Amino acid sequence: MSKKNSQPPTMIPTLPKSPTGIQGLDEITGGGLPTGRPTLVSGSAGCGKTMLAMEFLVHGATQFDEPGVFMMFEESAADLTANVRSLGFNLDRLVAEQKIVLDYVRIERSEIEETGEYDLEGLFIRLGYAIDMIGAKRVVLDTIEALFAGLPNHAILRAELRRLFSWLKDRGMTAVITGEKGEASITRYGLEEYVADCVIVLDQRVTEQISTRRLRVLKYRGSAHGTNEYPFLIGEHGLSVLPITSLRLDHGASPQRISTGIARLDDMLGGKGVFLGSSILISGSSGTGKSSISATFLNAACQRGERALLFAYEESSMQILRNMRSIGIDLEPWVKKGLLQIHCSRPTLQGLEQHLVMMYDMVQAFRPTVIAVDPISNLTLERDEAEVKPTLMRLIDFLKQQQITTLFTSLTTGGVAPEDSQAGVSSLMDTWLLLRNIEFNGERNRTVYVLKSRGMAHSNQIREFVLSDKGIDLVDVYLGPERVLTGTARLAQEAHERAAAELRRQDHERKLHQLASKQKAIEAQIAALQAEAESEEAEVNFVIAQQILQEKTVQQNIKTMTHLRGDVKTGKRRTKGSQ
Amino acid sequence: MNDTPSLTNHPEEQLYELRLYVAGQTPKSLAAFANLKRICETHLAGQYRIEVIDLLKTPQLAAGDQIFAIPTLVRRLPEPIKKIIGDLSNEENVLVGLDVQPVEV
Repeated sequence: MSKKNSQPPTMIPTLPKSPTGIQGLDEITGGGLPTGRPTLVSGSAGCGKTMLAMEFLVHGATQFDEPGVFMMFEESAADLTANVRSLGFNLDRLVAEQKIVLDYVRIERSEIEETGEYDLEGLFIRLGYAIDMIGAKRVVLDTIEALFAGLPNHAILRAELRRLFSWLKDRGMTAVITGEKGEASITRYGLEEYVADCVIVLDQRVTEQISTRRLRVLKYRGSAHGTNEYPFLIGEHGLSVLPITSLRLDHGASPQRISTGIARLDDMLGGKGVFLGSSILISGSSGTGKSSISATFLNAACQRGERALLFAYEESSMQILRNMRSIGIDLEPWVKKGLLQIHCSRPTLQGLEQHLVMMYDMVQAFRPTVIAVDPISNLTLERDEAEVKPTLMRLIDFLKQQQITTLFTSLTTGGVAPEDSQAGVSSLMDTWLLLRNIEFNGERNRTVYVLKSRGMAHSNQIREFVLSDKGIDLVDVYLGPERVLTGTARLAQEAHERAAAELRRQDHERKLHQLASKQKAIEAQIAALQAEAESEEAEVNFVIAQQILQEKTVQQNIKTMTHLRGDVKTGKRRTKGSQ
Repeated sequence: MNDTPSLTNHPEEQLYELRLYVAGQTPKSLAAFANLKRICETHLAGQYRIEVIDLLKTPQLAAGDQIFAIPTLVRRLPEPIKKIIGDLSNEENVLVGLDVQPVEV
């Protein structure tokens, strides 16, 4: 955006702009305030007008080599110097280095008598002298409306102000003029009438007892600009307007995966864990184990030697260390090594925007690779969802751009479907794990499942989630034909199944046994029959043998008889008595 | 104004040190100087001193006396410091501003 200042001849000349150096403001205005023209900053008391003007000037002097004149009408130079010192601005040094001139114009109504014609040439001369002294490019008039209170003749004043602003333009000063917000007009005395190029309105509103400052670019002649109201705050490093990051969706996407610290959970996420730089939402009601998962996640990062940052909104860091030790996660060594930072606070104390800027600053300073926010639902407490979402979106975008893997936990309240109660942030998340307590059979058991996980195959299974003194483990739930069983019901069911299996095994054995003995009986029968058959055969053989013997005997007898009776042919033997 | 009766009783004892801030020879500045001269001669004869400061020549002096309007008359003495802005055309106002009891003419 700052390239616009150089105006390359090939481009259509755009309005030259002077960057304010204020986080976010230069993005809303597309590069800064109009160069060489006055900008009106209006707002009620305590809105941060002076702070904005001062930052514009200090950044100009320190970062953009544009010295500036701060002409104040309400507080003295010493007061202002003291006030901005807390933000790290050393005005004394800048004054000594001739980068800034502070000029306090004190107008005391009681000391001034007015008679006849006059003009404000004295102011012009003072301003001109200061500008020439340091070669100023920027001017702040804070707040010139004090003149209206000091000088009764408003007709002269108005004419002179008109002249002053055109004089500033002629001198090419990029000026910021502050003005008090009026009842029905932008400023109480209608300064907007004279400063028509750029008008920024600041506002402070209290909603739900939390005050939020907001900034809006009401008008920017000759330039496109963001027209929304943007939350802004005055933090340790001065003014920050959200978005602190651009609203473009152009962050890189790493194919690298990192472990969640729970092996079986990694298994559920395609076997490799989550993507580097992705955002993970873990939602569940009280006591489902959200904090334990986030602690495991951070622990795993520290074990890999990476820096981790935990924002905890419900427990103190000592409490966290003690409680996590009870499930076998010792975070204390990491804290001592400087790998883990635990930041505990009540975000409602500051308001969401204030808190996000604090987070932003911490992330910038510590540069962690993983962050856990436990729980994100505390950030959105009692706030309008429409208001919260863009702010969180900016935070998430920022973290993604930094390639920081972030784990958010979210407390779901009873009575609302868990899918509905995520402050509208679930759509911004890459991976969403749902923890659910299953109450059954007189006990409560934790289950976990992956509701979504962009860009990876993930399990559709519900796993039981077991916390022990050795940390977190996931076990398969019992998926029976009738229902999902967890806890002792799962154990009982498993025991039951084991018993049934044993019974079946015994039954089987018995049957085998029976079969075996039956076989034996048959075999015995066969043996008996065989024996019978054998004896039968023996009988038959005997009879046959007998027959043969008888036959032989008969034959023998015949022979013998024949012999005895003599051979007919030979007649060797005769029987005498037979003739 | 009522608490300084000594001034009016013994006007000759009080020195008025006046500064007139102008920016070049503008009609307003010239008118202011002429008006001041006349008023002083009339009411403070012999007990005043006028210093004219042209801020076009010495702009660095403007901040010291908190000058923003031109012309501005500053009563540096007697204290407290008082300022009158304008061309001093209204004599009555100038006398009130300078805290001077008018001399009856």
